[in-house]
Amino acid sequence: MVLGRSFEDMCAQMYYRGKMFGFVHLYNGQEAVSTGFVKCLKPEDYVCSTYRDHVHALSKGVPARAVMSELFGKATGICRGQGGSMHMFSKEHGLLGGFAFIGEGIPVATGAAFKTKYEREVLKNDKADAVTVAFFGDGTCNNGQFFECLNMAALWKLPIIFVVENNLWAIGMSHYRATSVPEIWKKGPAFGMPGIHVDGMDVLKVREVALEAVARARRGDGPTLVECETYRFRGHSLADPDELRKPAEKAHYAARDPIIALKKYLLESGLVDETDLRSIDKKIDEIVEDAVEFADASPLPPRSQLLENVFADPKGFGIGPDGKYRCEDPAFTAGTAQV
Amino acid sequence: MTVRDALNSAIDEEMSADSKVYLMGEEVGEYQGAYKISKGLLQKFGPDRVLDTPITEAGFTGIGVGSAFYGLKPIVEFMTFNFAMQAIDHIINSAAKTNYMSAGQISVPIVFRGPNGAAAGVAAQHSQCFAAWYGSCPGLKVLSPYSAEDARGLLKAAIRDPDPVVFLENEILYGEAFPVSAEVLDPSFVLPIGKAKIEREGTDVTVTAFSKMVGYALKAAEILEKEGINVEVINLRSIRPLDRATINQSVRKTNRLVTVEEGWPQHGIGAEICTSVVEESFDYLDAPVERITGADVPMPYAANLERMAVPQIEDIVRAVKRACSRSARGK
Repeated sequence: MVLGRSFEDMCAQMYYRGKMFGFVHLYNGQEAVSTGFVKCLKPEDYVCSTYRDHVHALSKGVPARAVMSELFGKATGICRGQGGSMHMFSKEHGLLGGFAFIGEGIPVATGAAFKTKYEREVLKNDKADAVTVAFFGDGTCNNGQFFECLNMAALWKLPIIFVVENNLWAIGMSHYRATSVPEIWKKGPAFGMPGIHVDGMDVLKVREVALEAVARARRGDGPTLVECETYRFRGHSLADPDELRKPAEKAHYAARDPIIALKKYLLESGLVDETDLRSIDKKIDEIVEDAVEFADASPLPPRSQLLENVFADPKGFGIGPDGKYRCEDPAFTAGTAQV
Repeated sequence: MTVRDALNSAIDEEMSADSKVYLMGEEVGEYQGAYKISKGLLQKFGPDRVLDTPITEAGFTGIGVGSAFYGLKPIVEFMTFNFAMQAIDHIINSAAKTNYMSAGQISVPIVFRGPNGAAAGVAAQHSQCFAAWYGSCPGLKVLSPYSAEDARGLLKAAIRDPDPVVFLENEILYGEAFPVSAEVLDPSFVLPIGKAKIEREGTDVTVTAFSKMVGYALKAAEILEKEGINVEVINLRSIRPLDRATINQSVRKTNRLVTVEEGWPQHGIGAEICTSVVEESFDYLDAPVERITGADVPMPYAANLERMAVPQIEDIVRAVKRACSRSARGK
């Protein structure tokens, strides 16, 4: 959680210094949800996210250096600078993205869960038990694709957990102004799966719910819908002036900061002392500083990268005027051939 | 072999050869396919591999894409490509763009197939041709077969391809039978993606077409032959990548070009082909390029209006004559 918070704060700094650009959506305040769920998963499990994906990536194990480089648009980024803030993908870490359109990640996540079921039942692999966690917001819960996937996931008993990060606001649209039935957890049973509401500012409570939902999915008992009540301490994105949210509401949730709450709990129960906490903070600061230095020092993508990876099979660029496939022309990847 | 049987056998063989291939769509299973393309497949492969979906294009297309991220090979059937508009976000944003956004980590070996373009009397919302829209999108391969040989070879190539392929069929062609050689019937038969076929060789004018319009162009060529005009008909087969080499080579031989398509004129396939020829073979042109397209209107219902809204054989004949009698100086 501390890594997530420090990283995101650094992102804000870097953005205002012009090192990062475009759309950047920060996760401050919601760390308990990511940590609570993702730390229950195995490396083979899948996570699918939205544009607010930096901390999901970090929780799933993507190195801070790779995420920071990606944000700077450098060739050492997790997607070699081709995805950016909103499109973090990591095959190695089971991070399915990074999607800009809300609701878009939900069917993709449902597909990954479907793959697990297919592996077990058709490819007869008993060991296939990967679980998928889909993260999305309150605004998404009014979108058609959300309901289509709740239906199909329950119908086909897919090993997926739908995690709603209800931070009450979709940019400037309050959840209560947009939704006829604001209790999102109620929509789970309507489709035949348990719907759970949890305090998303308390990482231990989230973890308790997560462990049960993950176990349920892994057993083959099907999907769960979990609504986490949470809050984002910053605006929707770094371009959002955040004028519509009332100071009283912000103060209420700031007082429930998940990191401060966990620190307090750990100190009070004697599990750690102040020195331990300070050394964690110090270690994280070092990781984040190192990530920035690494990203700064990394090169921009070479010109030849522009045409790479459009296709897995680059014959898709077709045949050139000389009658040969374009990708066979050495000048093609040098970025000097005519496309 | 009919185009329907060609498609069915291609899917059957590829599903038998690779257990990661599965078919998903509305009515593909128990109904045997809305157009009977998937007849018998449920019985042969079972409900785990031939999935009847609820009417949720966005949802099930996204599920197909997500399962392809980690190695399954879905064939997503759209009852018509008009319905794919409800899923186009996934075709473009999660399928076509993902290999690029992830810098090559995650490829999407998925096939989106179904009937495209006008049928008969199905009116505006069921008759659109989507070749131009999908054909402009990087990251997609877009194929459109005409004959049974095309259907078999191109669909097998599409299923085996590691990238997302949009496969535009035609409902009217499903029932049409074409002669096929033993080579085409062999389970290992594939056609290369990105290569057009010269259906009919000629010397006076090049006519490009795809899908049903290839048949019309061939019939027009027979009519024109009697009037002394020798037409070369190119069956594009591949909308993206477009085989510009074959098209240009042909125009350099004949010096005249007529493009034919069923879809709307603005920003259509013909527009792209004409530009390619002007860019690469300008000095070889003896006449301005001609494009025959569908009318710039939503498809009307009345049978006589519908006939006027799509190219007919007479239109192709007229355009070819115009291309042949008009000199470069214009008349």
